[in-house]
Amino acid sequence: MSGKNCVAIASDKRFGVKYLTISMEFPKMFQATDKTFIGISGLATDVQTLMERFRFKINMYRMNEERDFEPITLANMVSSTLYERRFSPYFVEPIVAGLDKNNNPYINGMDLIGCSTTACDFAATGTPEDQLYGTCEALWEPNLEPEELFETISQTIMSATNRDCVSGWGAVVHVITPERVITRTLKTRMD
Amino acid sequence: MTDRYSFSLTTFSPSGKLVQIEYALKAVAQGVTSIGIKATNGVVIATEKKSASSLIDDSSLEKVAVVCPNIGMVYSGMGPDFRVLTTKARKAAQKYKRIYDEYPPTGILVKEVASVMQEFTQSGGVRPFGVSLLVCGYDEKGPGLYQVDPSGSYWAWKASAIGKNMVNAKTFLEKRYNDDMELEDAVHTAIITLKEGFEGEMNEHSIEIGVIGGGNFGFGPGKEEPVFKKLTPEEIKDYLANIV
Repeated sequence: MSGKNCVAIASDKRFGVKYLTISMEFPKMFQATDKTFIGISGLATDVQTLMERFRFKINMYRMNEERDFEPITLANMVSSTLYERRFSPYFVEPIVAGLDKNNNPYINGMDLIGCSTTACDFAATGTPEDQLYGTCEALWEPNLEPEELFETISQTIMSATNRDCVSGWGAVVHVITPERVITRTLKTRMD
Repeated sequence: MTDRYSFSLTTFSPSGKLVQIEYALKAVAQGVTSIGIKATNGVVIATEKKSASSLIDDSSLEKVAVVCPNIGMVYSGMGPDFRVLTTKARKAAQKYKRIYDEYPPTGILVKEVASVMQEFTQSGGVRPFGVSLLVCGYDEKGPGLYQVDPSGSYWAWKASAIGKNMVNAKTFLEKRYNDDMELEDAVHTAIITLKEGFEGEMNEHSIEIGVIGGGNFGFGPGKEEPVFKKLTPEEIKDYLANIV
């Protein structure tokens, strides 16, 4: 979700197999660069594999090029990595969110084969995708300041995951600002 | 004694040299001179284009190659070897673009080409490339000029020369170069430097020039990225007219 010179990314913490909840500490996002995060929802094994692959690629890029990924470049790398597996894809839907070198927000959502959509407002993936888009459209407004953005994205993810029985069990929110990343965990309904 | 070590590419001589690579450098030193100069707002690369016979249609000779919109290169040494490297460089650039949807920075492309050249000093059944390259480009760090040698080593230069007349040309460039030179000046200096060691008549068909920066913008979403461009014979003619 984008704000004024800031972006926020959030995910729930549930890991489950069908209706059986196995873990309540399964973060689905990781920090790619100082000002960029990747969130991956989908099949847990693929989520973990891809996090490792992306971390590898990000580190190699940083060492080879002596610079960090710009969010748009990172999104293209993620997209082409997924398309390499066009006919036996990873079952994931990633989101790239970050600030570019001019501190403008950048948000990108993808399907499992890397077909990406750049959004100026918000992007959502996962089982409660429909609920998330609904709440986003109701709550989001342009040019939110970091604290307002935190409030909006938190309300959004809590409302949406409460309407989805296989999501929730706590949530994590990262708000990325030019100066720092604010990370907060949310207490939600645990049932 | 040295003969024993002069054929195998991968055997060090007792003095610690790989003589085949030194011979490759000799092949370069016999090649036609090429010049590169980095200016504040761009880079110019230039070379002589000499044809063995007046019957050859010299418009078909190409010594300055476009690698991708923001990078170009020129060589001294063996033409056919350069073609191979051009193809490899272009493929590397497109491969990079396929992954990141942007063209590689000059340094990355140079690294890629240099590692190909290094491989050819260590692999079986091949010989080193008989060329040195001058690669010029423009990226977010600004203009860049690199030289790559047959051994696979590379350096960034403010101005450099390779080929037959490189020693004289470099001395000349040392005198002429200054840090706040603009692209137009650099093109002039490049032509004058080439002229120093030039045999025969210099005209728009006997030299080739490539530039990046200055006013040439083109590719990219906002069309604001500098683009590498080969000067047409007409444009070269204009530059030459200003010099004589």
